[in-house]
Amino acid sequence: MSDLIKFVEAEYSEARTKFPSFKSGDTINVHVRIKEGNKERIQQFQGTVIQRKNVNTNGETFTVRKISNGIGVERIFPILSPSIEQIDLLREGKVRRARLFYLRGRQGKAARIKEKIRPRTK
Amino acid sequence: MTSIFSADGRNVACTLIEAGPCVVTQVKNVETDGYNAVQLGYGERKEKNTPKPLIGHFKKAGTTPKQKVVEFRDFRVEFEGQVALGKTVAAGEVFVEGDFVDAIGTSKGKGFQGVVKRHGFGGVGGQTHGQHNRQRHPGSIGACSWPSRVFKGMRMAGRTGGSRVKVLNLRILKVYPEKNLILVSGSVPGPKNSFVILEK
Repeated sequence: MSDLIKFVEAEYSEARTKFPSFKSGDTINVHVRIKEGNKERIQQFQGTVIQRKNVNTNGETFTVRKISNGIGVERIFPILSPSIEQIDLLREGKVRRARLFYLRGRQGKAARIKEKIRPRTK
Repeated sequence: MTSIFSADGRNVACTLIEAGPCVVTQVKNVETDGYNAVQLGYGERKEKNTPKPLIGHFKKAGTTPKQKVVEFRDFRVEFEGQVALGKTVAAGEVFVEGDFVDAIGTSKGKGFQGVVKRHGFGGVGGQTHGQHNRQRHPGSIGACSWPSRVFKGMRMAGRTGGSRVKVLNLRILKVYPEKNLILVSGSVPGPKNSFVILEK
């Protein structure tokens, strides 16, 4: 990327890093602002991050997958989107690839992800 | 190109353009040249790579040799009196946030292309009903014994792209006066790091 574009995008670097850092394999809870007529409310979307695209640019997006009533649902969020209110990191996953599309073909027990064991901090 | 979120929460694709500093290299007027125009130079180049006549031209304006020289004809009255030979024009002086500009550039060359890409023909539209090797063909290019020829200007395959293209009404989303940068919504003709002419 050219230096000039970096200069422009640096303005938004703070907005990009205000959420906890998460990777694919992690389970997160995204609080999304939703407009219904004149009213605004917050909806939560909880699931597994299966990919992050265009990291460290303004166009960065991440995909969250969850199973809703037995049907797989994926939602793509732009990280700079003003409608994202908050992101909670619930569970860190231990995975061996950056894009977890293999989860799409799996159900139930087979779609589990190992949890990352962190050394206990004092 | 990059993208930013607008105030109403929409993601807007935008292009970053370095619009200056430009230097006025010549001012033309009706008495001497038959028309009003101002000639701007942009970008540095080495003196050894500059043709001798141009070196003299730049010397007259009191500037270093410039890479690109463009003439703007019949500029608007509000800029009258602001231009003088050798004056530097910065992006922040000309462009204001919310303005609309037109961008002229040379589009990316695509090489020899068929009619579907070049002229937007629909192609055959299916692989069945007797079609096996002509999905992207132009079809008929004329009638039979009359006129016994193909009309001039019939759209056919050929060199595509690499032509002068003007894109109208790009909104200026942001101006960075300290770096002479402007951010316009949408795309601009040509590859990265190519020259564009901006008209307001």
